[in-house]
Amino acid sequence: MAVMENLPSASTERPIGFGRLKRKEDARFIRGQGTYLDDIRLPGMVHGAILRSPYAHARIISIDTSRALAHPNVAAVVTAKDLETLGLAWMPTISYDTQAVLAGDKVRFQGQEVAFVIATDAYSANDALSLIDVEYEPLGVIVNARKALDAGAPLIRDDKAGQRDNLASPTWEAGDEEATNRAFAEADTVVTRDMIYPRCHPAPLETCGLIADFNPVTGQLDIYNGNQAPHAHRTVYAHVAGLAEHMIRIRCQDIGGGFGNKVPIYPGYVCAIAGSIVAGVPVKWVENRTENLVSTGFARDYIMRAEMCSKGGKITGLRVDVLADHGAFDSTAQPTKFPAGFFHICCGSYDLQASHVKVKAVYTNKAPGGVAYRCSFRITEAVYMVERMVDALALEMGVDPIDLRMRSFIGPDQFPYETTTGWTYDSGNYAETMRVAMDIAGYEELRREQAEKRERGELMGIGVSFFTEGVGAGPRKHMDILGLAMNDGADLRVHPSGKAVVSISAQTQGQGHETTFAQIVAEELGIPPENVEVRHGDTDRSPYGLGTYGSRSTPVSGAAVAVVSRKVRDKARLIAASMLETRPEDLAWEKGRWYVRGDAEKGVLIEEIASRAYSGAPMPEGLEGGLDAQVIYDPPNLTYPYGAYIAVVDVDPDTAQVTVRRFIAVDDCGVRINPMIVDGQIHGGLAEGIGIALMELISFDEDGNCLNSSLMDYLIPTALECPDFELGETVTPCPHHPLGAKGVGESPNVGSPPAIVNAVIDALAVTHGVKHIDMPCTPARVWAAMQGRAEPPQ
Amino acid sequence: MQTPAAFGYERATSVDGAIAALGRFGEDARIIAGGHSLLPMMKLRLASPSHLVDINDLTDLAYIREVGGELRIGALTRHVELLRSDLLARHYPLFRDAEQVIADPVVRNRGTIGGSLCQADAAEDLSSVCTAAKARVVIRGREGERVVGMTDFHVGPYRTAVGAGEVLTEVRLDLRAGAGSAHEKVERRAGDWAIAAASVTVWMDGERVGDVGIALSAVGLTTIHLSRAEALLRDRVPTEDLIIQAGQIASEDCSPFADGRGPVDYKRHLAGVLTQRALRRAIARTHQEA
Ligand SMILES: Cc1cc2nc3c(=O)[nH]c(=O)nc-3n(C[C@H](O)[C@H](O)[C@H](O)COP(=O)(O)OP(=O)(O)OC[C@H]3O[C@@H](n4cnc5c(N)ncnc54)[C@H](O)[C@@H]3O)c2cc1C
Repeated sequence: MAVMENLPSASTERPIGFGRLKRKEDARFIRGQGTYLDDIRLPGMVHGAILRSPYAHARIISIDTSRALAHPNVAAVVTAKDLETLGLAWMPTISYDTQAVLAGDKVRFQGQEVAFVIATDAYSANDALSLIDVEYEPLGVIVNARKALDAGAPLIRDDKAGQRDNLASPTWEAGDEEATNRAFAEADTVVTRDMIYPRCHPAPLETCGLIADFNPVTGQLDIYNGNQAPHAHRTVYAHVAGLAEHMIRIRCQDIGGGFGNKVPIYPGYVCAIAGSIVAGVPVKWVENRTENLVSTGFARDYIMRAEMCSKGGKITGLRVDVLADHGAFDSTAQPTKFPAGFFHICCGSYDLQASHVKVKAVYTNKAPGGVAYRCSFRITEAVYMVERMVDALALEMGVDPIDLRMRSFIGPDQFPYETTTGWTYDSGNYAETMRVAMDIAGYEELRREQAEKRERGELMGIGVSFFTEGVGAGPRKHMDILGLAMNDGADLRVHPSGKAVVSISAQTQGQGHETTFAQIVAEELGIPPENVEVRHGDTDRSPYGLGTYGSRSTPVSGAAVAVVSRKVRDKARLIAASMLETRPEDLAWEKGRWYVRGDAEKGVLIEEIASRAYSGAPMPEGLEGGLDAQVIYDPPNLTYPYGAYIAVVDVDPDTAQVTVRRFIAVDDCGVRINPMIVDGQIHGGLAEGIGIALMELISFDEDGNCLNSSLMDYLIPTALECPDFELGETVTPCPHHPLGAKGVGESPNVGSPPAIVNAVIDALAVTHGVKHIDMPCTPARVWAAMQGRAEPPQ
Repeated sequence: MQTPAAFGYERATSVDGAIAALGRFGEDARIIAGGHSLLPMMKLRLASPSHLVDINDLTDLAYIREVGGELRIGALTRHVELLRSDLLARHYPLFRDAEQVIADPVVRNRGTIGGSLCQADAAEDLSSVCTAAKARVVIRGREGERVVGMTDFHVGPYRTAVGAGEVLTEVRLDLRAGAGSAHEKVERRAGDWAIAAASVTVWMDGERVGDVGIALSAVGLTTIHLSRAEALLRDRVPTEDLIIQAGQIASEDCSPFADGRGPVDYKRHLAGVLTQRALRRAIARTHQEA
């Protein structure tokens, strides 16, 4: 089997290849020596600030910028009128909608961009915001998606020709409705739940920002901007601004977290670029924390009604109806053909008889987004829903939730497995992974402890989730974003000294690309990882590709790097053969060296081959000099990582505070290139999952005021909310990935919220009759549920 | 970047110098101590003082010491010093209870007791702690010093007895026999402000409660002083029944409002639960003392 040679090599302190190698990039990060956007200062640079709407929905009567312009340090104030003359008042979103760069006619959410001030320093730019006089006429506001389609609801998108209501995208379906109806008709048990995956925010530590540096002499536009897809951004700028793509260079520098929040192009970026083109000097715009929370890409906001049924003790059918809240502009992230992203992977890990999914989306007077927060396009919502439903069904059936899962899993011999909504899962042994998690947890013992505690009036819950994700978008025959295939390039150059540079189109935001990708080259070529420089995040110095999100870096870019390394290895073989005066087919490979089969002493190191490739020595017939190669990788399928998570929580019976006491995470992400980085990714994602399950929420009052506009109100978990995570693994190599790897970045964020909510319900179901609590499970919301008054979040 | 509006700045070298500077700059000038309440408000442009008078060099205002029958705490004493002080924990353990759950180490390294009390935010833990401990504060102005009890100190939301041109210099606590105290808080996340918090000090006189102080944070426009519950307990043996009644009074006498931390009914419920818990722990600690 092709993957066998790539199983992890023995972990040593300094593995040449796969293993627990410390991250190369940490030396600068932990010393505070990273270079983030705000660290960059260009000569002559001026600063931008954005005036934002205080209203969620209002007509703009007038904008008077004269007082701001009179400020001694203000150079310009840009409004929609000015942008109109440049053709930049509106921009496309990643979902083929349009979004106002600066509002001209109306504001459609609180925090929307209204004017852009350019001043000599950031303080003056911000001071001048209060000198702009805008007259608004407030309009009716829609914050509740359920009311968006009511007759007489104010029309939010009157800018769109033909738009008569607040429907953002019509009902989209997957699965087989009739077969599903049959499954339900034949079922023994049926449960129904209304649930919300509430609006939350990726809230990266570094907020969004951009420096535009247009050179009026050469026409070159240099952009500094931490984003997750620099090549795609460049193409979009070229299309939107009519700029020449080859004259734009985007550099991403170090990025302080992305999590999907740095996939879109934001109005502030366009304003800074327009500002630099008009002013001819570099313009820097960096948003503050409030701006990040109230205006940039939120995540989730799915209102779901789900039904699940069983027959003969096994899950048989699933029916889901989703109402998605896209906010004022549809800038949800997903491949073109999938308006609900990968939500229809919601059959989960179960061998169902039938399923049917319906999703429609509406506009509301809330910030746009729907970005894939550490998630492959709505898989998080899907996994949450199905794993909550399995628990609800188990509760109804009076069976242990793990038993029901075990009985319903897709069996190891059923792979490749075609789901009832059309995905082809590549590989897995779900029951085995579930058992590993149960062993680590001591599941039976936990159930005993729970029963004893219940006797004493103490509330303890054990929650399980078992997720299957589809990551690594994606095959070009199925997937594109704005018409761009979701493929990634890799370019590997081995220098005469045997040191190498690998350039990739994926862009790290903390995932450890500089280490992992060096290790892939090291594994394939035997060059120590410290001798492999990973270049990324600079469109001038890397091949085209769609970037890092959707856990796609290792599945797509990682595969590209493996393939390009193998290409170089193949070329090295030809050169080695000529050096050893033998035929290429007589050579065998061991890490770092081609040698003569049957005469292991006789061989050449990759470094020697590299040196030869650039030397004056003759090359084999028909071969060019040098040792490098280039590829574009088109994945044949998604990869399907999965995992079994178990959360143990305690609920204070009086105050309703939830404490996550233990968290067991057993992930199967195929072959692990750097298990330490994988562990780190899992730790981070579990912490985020705890945040989402227990505290994170973007909410609005009825006037559309965002109630979570700072980190005092938008709570992010700390180490104190996180138990000592107990990790485990099983390894089922991906059959179609050259390294057998599957991608793991999102798994913990996807898998942990349902485990925690299931645990909270498990703690309260018997004693308090609680059947469901929507996230976040804050003390107040859990207490209300304990009083029999559970309510969805506002 | 979050940018405050423009302001003037002066670094005081003495308390009198600070008072003089406040006088010179007028009403819109503010003292800055740890800055952990004032600076966030300035960055959000919720506060725009014309001048800041920085008292961080006045290290003679940073102390915790026993003088006569009193504990005296300088206004510039940082949270971290309150947390670490064994002297304070021995006499008034509720301070350590509170400091373990106030904000995070970064804030605790800078934030001061003077700033906490002068901020007069109803959610401030130290306000209910000082109220329950029946503290008095020393306020100095151009005219000299006055000593004010906690019940007269907080005159309204974000308003205190400290007048324009005045500085809070010291917090005083009586050292009385039979004392036990506790602070109980429920928060949404470590380091968050309280959903509700209860502070209790009891001074036992044999089996009976000689005196008691009970106060609540975050369940009203100002710190809630539970005088009705205090009266209930005073001179009585604090049975479980009485403790439950005191909790009921706490639920009734607070005046919370609904916000992101929770609805009114939950906050009232918490006020009761936490008052009971703090009472039980405070009383238990008087036994440890004996
Ligand atoms: C993230 C975060 C979380 C927090 N969480 C909590 C919490 O859980 N519980 C809690 O109780 N607190 C919390 N705080 C507040 C913290 O305790 C502050 O340190 C405290 O409120 C203010 O103290 P300061 O010295 O920083 O005051 P400053 O911000 O310097 O000043 C606050 C106010 O008091 C005035 N002032 C300061 N000193 C004097 C003086 N000597 N005389 C007269 N006026 C004075 C100032 O003019 C200003 O108006 C939190 C703060 C932050 C930033």
